[in-house]
Amino acid sequence: MKQVTEPNHLQLNKQGQLKHFLTLDGLDKALLTEILDTADSFIEVGARSIKKVPLLRGRTVVNLFFEASTRTRSTFELAAKRLSADVLNLNISTSATSKGESLSDTLQNLEAMASDMFVVRHSQSGAPHFIAESVTPNVSIINAGDGRHAHPTQAMLDMLTIRQHKGCFEGLSVAIVGDILHSRVARSQIRALKILGVSEVRVIAPNTLLPVDIESLGAKVFGCMKEGLDNVDVVIMLRLQRERMEGALLPSEDEFYKLYGLTTEKLKYAKPDAIVMHPGPINRGVEIESAVADGPQSVILNQVTNGIAVRMAVMSMAMSGHVAGRDA
Amino acid sequence: MTELIDVEGLLETMCQGLTDHLAARKIENPCVVGIRTGGVWLAEIIHKKLEITDDCGELDISFYRDDFTRIGLNPKVKPSVLPFETEGRHLILVDDVLMSGRTIRAAMNELFDYGRPASITLVALIDLEGRELPIQADVVGQKVALSGSQQIKLKGPDQLVLEITDK
Amino acid sequence: MSIEIKSGRIIDPANGVDEIQSLYIADGKIVGLGCAPEGYKAEKVIDATGCIVSPGFIDLCTYLREPGYEYKGTVASETYAAVKGGFTAVCCPPNTLPVNDTEAVTNLIFDLAKRARFAKVYPIGALTKGLKGKQLSELYSLKQAGCVAAGNGDYSVENLSVLKRCCEYAKTHEVSIFVRPEEVSLAADGCVHEGAVGTRLGLNGIPALAETVAVSQLILLAEETGAHLHLSHLTSAKSVQMVAEAKRSGLNVTADVAIQHLILTEEAVSGFDSRFHCRPPLRTHADRAALIKGLNDGVIDAVCSQHQPHEAAAKQAPFAESEPGISSVEVVLPLLLGLVRESELSLATLVKVLSVGAAALLKVEGGSLAVGDTADICVFDTNEAWRVTSETVISKGKNTPWDEHEMQGLVKHTLVDGRIAYA
Repeated sequence: MKQVTEPNHLQLNKQGQLKHFLTLDGLDKALLTEILDTADSFIEVGARSIKKVPLLRGRTVVNLFFEASTRTRSTFELAAKRLSADVLNLNISTSATSKGESLSDTLQNLEAMASDMFVVRHSQSGAPHFIAESVTPNVSIINAGDGRHAHPTQAMLDMLTIRQHKGCFEGLSVAIVGDILHSRVARSQIRALKILGVSEVRVIAPNTLLPVDIESLGAKVFGCMKEGLDNVDVVIMLRLQRERMEGALLPSEDEFYKLYGLTTEKLKYAKPDAIVMHPGPINRGVEIESAVADGPQSVILNQVTNGIAVRMAVMSMAMSGHVAGRDA
Repeated sequence: MTELIDVEGLLETMCQGLTDHLAARKIENPCVVGIRTGGVWLAEIIHKKLEITDDCGELDISFYRDDFTRIGLNPKVKPSVLPFETEGRHLILVDDVLMSGRTIRAAMNELFDYGRPASITLVALIDLEGRELPIQADVVGQKVALSGSQQIKLKGPDQLVLEITDK
Repeated sequence: MSIEIKSGRIIDPANGVDEIQSLYIADGKIVGLGCAPEGYKAEKVIDATGCIVSPGFIDLCTYLREPGYEYKGTVASETYAAVKGGFTAVCCPPNTLPVNDTEAVTNLIFDLAKRARFAKVYPIGALTKGLKGKQLSELYSLKQAGCVAAGNGDYSVENLSVLKRCCEYAKTHEVSIFVRPEEVSLAADGCVHEGAVGTRLGLNGIPALAETVAVSQLILLAEETGAHLHLSHLTSAKSVQMVAEAKRSGLNVTADVAIQHLILTEEAVSGFDSRFHCRPPLRTHADRAALIKGLNDGVIDAVCSQHQPHEAAAKQAPFAESEPGISSVEVVLPLLLGLVRESELSLATLVKVLSVGAAALLKVEGGSLAVGDTADICVFDTNEAWRVTSETVISKGKNTPWDEHEMQGLVKHTLVDGRIAYA
């Protein structure tokens, strides 16, 4: 009996174009490259005196944030505004309402507003999938981070940063360090790197911060920085949440920093021209030393500009795929 | 059926016409901007022939098209490149084929997002009938009348060839 | 009423019968096999040519939802679905509202079942008051009222000292204990198998360890107290191995498996489809294979439906927030017949694990077609195809992952106490 639901059946239209952007799972290299290329064009737009194009003029984009995140919401808002869309920000506290019913109710109300796109951030993995299945076919859904599942726009902006510094993905060795278990960003990054064809993705963390069977995603596991960072081209540091000390995942911040904190010393294990990335916000002295975060190999600030361009690319492509899908 | 037009001759006519136009308008030190892709090839030739000092600009109008709701976004969009400040400058906008005028409308909107130019001169290699907007070229290589079943396309960039084919 | 079931293939593993014969029924009992008793006159003849005639199926776990959750299902609606699925008797877990921890609730369920006149209902009483895992329920009174066993519904008794006393008290009054093995602290807030799919989807996992740790504890408790412990809905290969070992050492331990764990694996969840959300979670291919082998080896005594009807809203939420459970009582037979077609199970084993297996561990009638037995019978066609839709599913719960799937195998007649309860 066929029981596997195609993970991307929802997000592509019949012509294979993006109509929702929920996950990188099931997308191919050509599509991810198209996102990066389109983002490149939007970076140029951002350098003009008028940083706005009329692509989504008259469209309504709703930022539907069930989990607070000023940073991500702002970049999506700016991206939508630079595409000339009207933007509505809705911060919906999930704790204030009682679970699933409220989500369905919220969606019904929003549909009445004739929105064209929902940018969804939710603490539950799969919530954007659920919303994509529940809403009218004319609304495009962009995943702005769901539970531990995916944060595809963040991963794509990281890919753009890597491409800008390394030119291409072939032959690269990339290490992701820290709390992989709770990280949607790491899951999407691993997926993106594999699709774009890097030669090696490594994850460096103690077993308590690694999800079961992470190897099945194509990542190689390392328990220590010396071996894990050996000769890598890119080091991606993840944010460590303070609450991880509870529940016996880690003994202390100090021991974590001793083992996995990125210091100038440990960075020497990597290639001399290796770049250091961090999705932010940074915990200085917890996962990364200030000297490294602000050092010549750090490309952390660069990632913010790319964030807007990638989101503009994804939003316009998804809207475009929706339009084309409707005609077909 | 394929019909070929002599591009070299047209280019001569076009450049001469442009030189005359600029002289009559007393325009000095203009910048040249081509619309991707055919317009860019032509702009580079004009840039050379007229010995323009600033580098040639390239415009990708994908983000400004008015048919996004019908056909969506061009998947091969590339960044526009304007290697000079446009504010207060005289711009020469170059396209290969002028027909409905919609491409030019989009291109002018895009140019204005870079700043307020002193003037825009429109140059087209081929001028077809079928205008849908009140836009006319200042300089034209040749006016061509096509039958309903024909289309024209500039091929390049190594050797520029104008092809008229049946749709 | 006297009914003749004519020329069907009678499969009765309890009595080693597999032959084409006619079965004669009168006054709720089987009165003849092959030849009618003298002077017998059938008031009704069921032509079972080309069909299988088997003991009526007995389900160890059917959520009837009544009292308390009538918006999900009622005793009448779900026992009707049960007879459509070929079940002549169903056990209902105690997690109703109020909890079935008193004779009054047990009696209410019996009354509702009697009025509905579909399948027989065997209530499972609450092991602890309010299923809270703190205080013993009145197990003796519940047994007197007709509960066939005691269980803690979907909740674990977290305190091992309490669980040990439950076993001791149950042993005194010869009450069987139904437990779904799950170590709460390891299952935590999980909703899928802790494995590759859960990792990819970022859904919190329930490791197989949460089950196996509990199974090992329960086996030791069975050994220590002598109580009959029935382990519900095993999912992991390792559990099957431990139960096999326990049975070999002669411990009073039995086990069942829910239908979905024999058919589906964790991969079904790939698209965040909440219809596949069930607890215990769907596990790996290796686990599924071990469960099927456990059935063939007799380690697992029975297959149950773990039928959990839900209202539509229960599944309309992001995966982890949706309510677990599948409405399955009507598709158990065709799904198992699929395994028979794939040569993973024999037809005789299918009948055994759906009937005599459960009857034996519950110590109830049924599971046998010998002359003199109660006429609880299922007549089914192994080939007839039908489509699962919200119309063909008569349970109140339409929450089935097999929606719009083609099924092969259909129940034609279900007889309860010699009466046609479904046709």
